[in-house]
Amino acid sequence: MSSQTLPRVRPASSATRWYRRAAGALAFAALIELLSRTGLADPEFLPPASEIVGRAVLLLLDPAFRGHALTSLLAWAIGLSIAALLAVPLGLLLGSVPVVDAAMRSVVEFLRPIPSVALIPLVALVIGTGLQHRVALVVYASLWPLLYNTMYGLRGVDPLAKESLRAYGFGPLAVLLRVSLPASAPFIATGLRLAAGVALILTVSTEIVAGRGEGIGVFVFFAGIAVPARMTDILAGVFWVGLFGVAVNALLVAAERRAFRWHHAQWGERP
Amino acid sequence: MLEIDNLSHVYGGGTPNEHHAIDGLNLSVAEGELLCIVGPSGCGKSTLLRSIAGLIQPTGGQVKVEGEVVRQTPDNLAVVFQDYSRSLFPWMSVADNVALPLRRKNMDKKQRREAAAEALESVGLENAGRKYPFQLSGGMQQRVAIARALAYRPTLMLMDEPFGSVDAQTREDLEDLVLQVRGHHQMTIVLITHDIDESVYVGDRVVVLSKAPANVVGDLKVDLPAPRDQITTREHSDFVHLRAEVGRLVRGHATV
Repeated sequence: MSSQTLPRVRPASSATRWYRRAAGALAFAALIELLSRTGLADPEFLPPASEIVGRAVLLLLDPAFRGHALTSLLAWAIGLSIAALLAVPLGLLLGSVPVVDAAMRSVVEFLRPIPSVALIPLVALVIGTGLQHRVALVVYASLWPLLYNTMYGLRGVDPLAKESLRAYGFGPLAVLLRVSLPASAPFIATGLRLAAGVALILTVSTEIVAGRGEGIGVFVFFAGIAVPARMTDILAGVFWVGLFGVAVNALLVAAERRAFRWHHAQWGERP
Repeated sequence: MLEIDNLSHVYGGGTPNEHHAIDGLNLSVAEGELLCIVGPSGCGKSTLLRSIAGLIQPTGGQVKVEGEVVRQTPDNLAVVFQDYSRSLFPWMSVADNVALPLRRKNMDKKQRREAAAEALESVGLENAGRKYPFQLSGGMQQRVAIARALAYRPTLMLMDEPFGSVDAQTREDLEDLVLQVRGHHQMTIVLITHDIDESVYVGDRVVVLSKAPANVVGDLKVDLPAPRDQITTREHSDFVHLRAEVGRLVRGHATV
């Protein structure tokens, strides 16, 4: 059977996809509302969705909460930027110089499986619990997806593309920067998107474990140890973290679509 | 212009997979000549081309371009590969693709852009500069690759089965394009092909290689009237005779 006789599923338009996503989120909120209002779930532990979102909106008007949010945002952004600035050059080095790769491999393979959350207390002991604490852990955790995607991208670079430039007398460094780097850029961008999510997790968990200073995690921590626990505050804080994660992801996906049209065209995907 | 002296290349020497691609090949190409190298598939044609371009170091013998032994890619040399879709850079516009190699020359941005535009014009793509390779047909992409080589103003242009991936009509157009641009630029062209008709139609001279390990089994001068024409040249009795001769050599029934 030729592929032409197969029914072709038409991809949904961008507006349709947004409607579907919004419908999914609304259905989820409705479920929480229902569970809470009917008493199926104890409203002490699961307040109705309308109350969570209402509280979340009110929190925006609270300067103290805005301070928490800005502090977290700063740690996230600094950590992610440092990770990218370290991981991409390191990935280029490991991916293009086999000797360095062989020498570093055992170190990388040893460090990678260590859950970064397990390092939170240790790092706190060494460098304290301020901004540097969060940044250090965010850098460590978001390094891996960036490093691995850079190396993976480099491995996939077409040897003929490199040879094409080499044939005009360009040296190894020029080939790395002018061919290998742009050719792996779509993979590095995916690594950045994964790292952005990991960085968010680490920012908030480090703040919760540290339990002092400023940050959304600290806000959530104090709402949790209050007696009785302020469940609506906890979930309202979590709501903002989740929404931020979704927004960053959507932004990065849109940026990738724009910047890597050539990549999608080459692989026959919808641009 | 180009002197190949006792060239040999062995892949995986000393291992059970040892493969002799070229064995003691001698060949010389005069300045301004358009030489076609034809041979059976897998006979080491591409290895020969890579040795000339300095992309690989041959295991024996040497290649001299303009009197200098090739140790790395010689200046003033350009290569056009068969696989245009892999050899053009998809993230750059057509004009940027053509201008990129010119960074090796002492040219500022404006000069590079002008040279690229001029080269694109000479291959009939004056309006494609701002497009991206994936927006062009296969034949047009190969024209871009040829324009990239021409913009570089090489004295030696190597072409590795440049028309192997396009349809028959485009192929004839591109053959004529090569004949036309060589008239405007002073350059020596070495074109590798497995197409016997093409080698006779395009070349001033056809060298036939044996199966691997490659060696020269035939060296024929093509004395067809210029300008060549897809219809009349191909019905010329000398053309018919030559293509039969080359065909016999390629198949190993040598009479020369």
